[in-house]
Amino acid sequence: MILALTIGILVAGAAYLMLDRSYLRAVLGFLLLGHAVNLLLFAAGGTQRRGEPLDGTDPAAAADPLPQAFVLTAIVIAFAITIVMLVLAVTGRAGDDTADRDRPAEHPEPRR
Amino acid sequence: MTAAVLLPLLVGLPLGAAGLTAPARAGALWARVVLLVLLGANLLAGIALVVATSGGEVLAEPVGAWPAGIAIPFAADALAALMLTVTGLLALVCAAFGLMTGPGAARLFPPLVLALVGGVNGALLTADLFNLFVFIEVMLLPSYGLLVLARRRQGTMRAVNGTRLYVAFNLFVSTVFLAGVALVYGSAGTVNLGELAGAAQESGTVAAAVGICLAALSMKAAVVPVHGWLARAYPSTSPAVTALFSGLHTKVAIYAIYRIYAVVFDGEARWLWIGVLLFSATMLVGVLGAVGENTMRSILAFHMVSQIGYILLGVALFTPLGLAAGIFYLLHHMIVKASLFLSTGAVEERHGTGELGGIRGVARRDPLLVAAFGVAALSLAGIPPFSGFVAKLTLILAALDAGQVAAAVVAIVVSLLTLLSMIKIWNALVRSPEEDGGPAGGGVAVAAPAVPAVGIRLTLPSLVLAAVTLGLGLGAELLYGLSATAAAGLLDTGGYVEAVLR
Repeated sequence: MILALTIGILVAGAAYLMLDRSYLRAVLGFLLLGHAVNLLLFAAGGTQRRGEPLDGTDPAAAADPLPQAFVLTAIVIAFAITIVMLVLAVTGRAGDDTADRDRPAEHPEPRR
Repeated sequence: MTAAVLLPLLVGLPLGAAGLTAPARAGALWARVVLLVLLGANLLAGIALVVATSGGEVLAEPVGAWPAGIAIPFAADALAALMLTVTGLLALVCAAFGLMTGPGAARLFPPLVLALVGGVNGALLTADLFNLFVFIEVMLLPSYGLLVLARRRQGTMRAVNGTRLYVAFNLFVSTVFLAGVALVYGSAGTVNLGELAGAAQESGTVAAAVGICLAALSMKAAVVPVHGWLARAYPSTSPAVTALFSGLHTKVAIYAIYRIYAVVFDGEARWLWIGVLLFSATMLVGVLGAVGENTMRSILAFHMVSQIGYILLGVALFTPLGLAAGIFYLLHHMIVKASLFLSTGAVEERHGTGELGGIRGVARRDPLLVAAFGVAALSLAGIPPFSGFVAKLTLILAALDAGQVAAAVVAIVVSLLTLLSMIKIWNALVRSPEEDGGPAGGGVAVAAPAVPAVGIRLTLPSLVLAAVTLGLGLGAELLYGLSATAAAGLLDTGGYVEAVLR
């Protein structure tokens, strides 16, 4: 239940941030969404069993290792893409359509 | 059996070569040779696979020799082999075009293309949902790099804007797909396509979970209502890269939709009406979007959306004729679309603009190029001697056969509208230099004669692909036979499942 609520809150936060006009905030939104899905992957494997999967532990008590491998892979991929997005967020001219029009930009001329 | 051991090489070799060529200096000859030789070998391997699977055989390899159920298998049936061949052909032709134009001068062009091809091959071969996600990411990451490799002087900022959209959209869709995979694992306890066979028919929960995966793949394939990203992102990069992406990216998603629906849903008829509805709307919206555009590549990008509707209509019919027609259409479309992007890209390369109003006298300087465009455009619209005619005719017959009269009518109307905007580009290409440049627009008329001819080197790639579509139109029997074999493999997935689980 707590896991489901956490996933819900993370997705809500992600949706809120992604609707923002600033690209940087959208990137943060994607980070939250990625975490939500990682938790979902964990939940898919069941969270009651927590024993070590190898080493002769009783299969009924051992954790499912596959979702853990999924999450690890997903984290690495999301990390790489986040960096690409962060680079894209600071590349470009001032006044392109990623700036927030209501608030003055902190750096009028973004560094290249 | 023995040949299947080589399947992982289709992924490993391009990825390895990408690492090898990464330190090469800009324009290094050896890196270019490695790129073209490997892409050529990739094409030959695809053809060999088509020959090996043409009788309906399935080659499968449990990578790492793990027992069935634990191994993450690669499997190639007739459909995967055909896709590998055509993507191989496009990668080779587009890379050659790219080397001759803007992006080829960049240092990282060869490794990025090689990594892209490795990812595409992996996504086509894998028989595991999570591995499909990984390979789609392997395919997308180099694409982000390629997107920004527009020419330095102009268009870099435009490319950055397009890339922002493209990266954000793809990350979102991939995350949705991953969530779908998590739900599939949670409800079915496996993500292996072999073990999932027919699972969606038995359990509604699994059907809903796989439905999320299919929805994510449909977004990646630019199905209406989520098609706007394609029309905006594709025209913003360099022509060679647009051509490459048009052939590889959305088509991998389409392939995955065909595969997953056939294996996991086992062709369940209950949900097909959703597909018929969505894909008919895709056809119509795409072609209408093209009417309002006035640069060559954005017209073509909208047409791509429209054609994706045709291709996916095949899977939404799920009859032997419909599937074969859809697969034939998919292969034909990849070739024709790349040819159109390359011929208009060559013009854009010389003129520095893709605006219809900014092009003068191409037909006089480069009759061959205009001929290549004409052939591909007629093929796209579905005029007889070319492959598009066979594709459209069989698809419309299949729709009528399945009782989907409305979809067939939409397909016919959209064909006519396709011809309309192809004529728009054609008019711009054949316009003579003197025409309507006279009294009012003096400045334009003076600049026009300075444009050099495109030349045979840049014409050749699109000409080759135009020749292929003519060949496939005249010799449609061969490809149609192969498509029918592939369709049979989708209708009866027993052989595929058995090979994957061996």
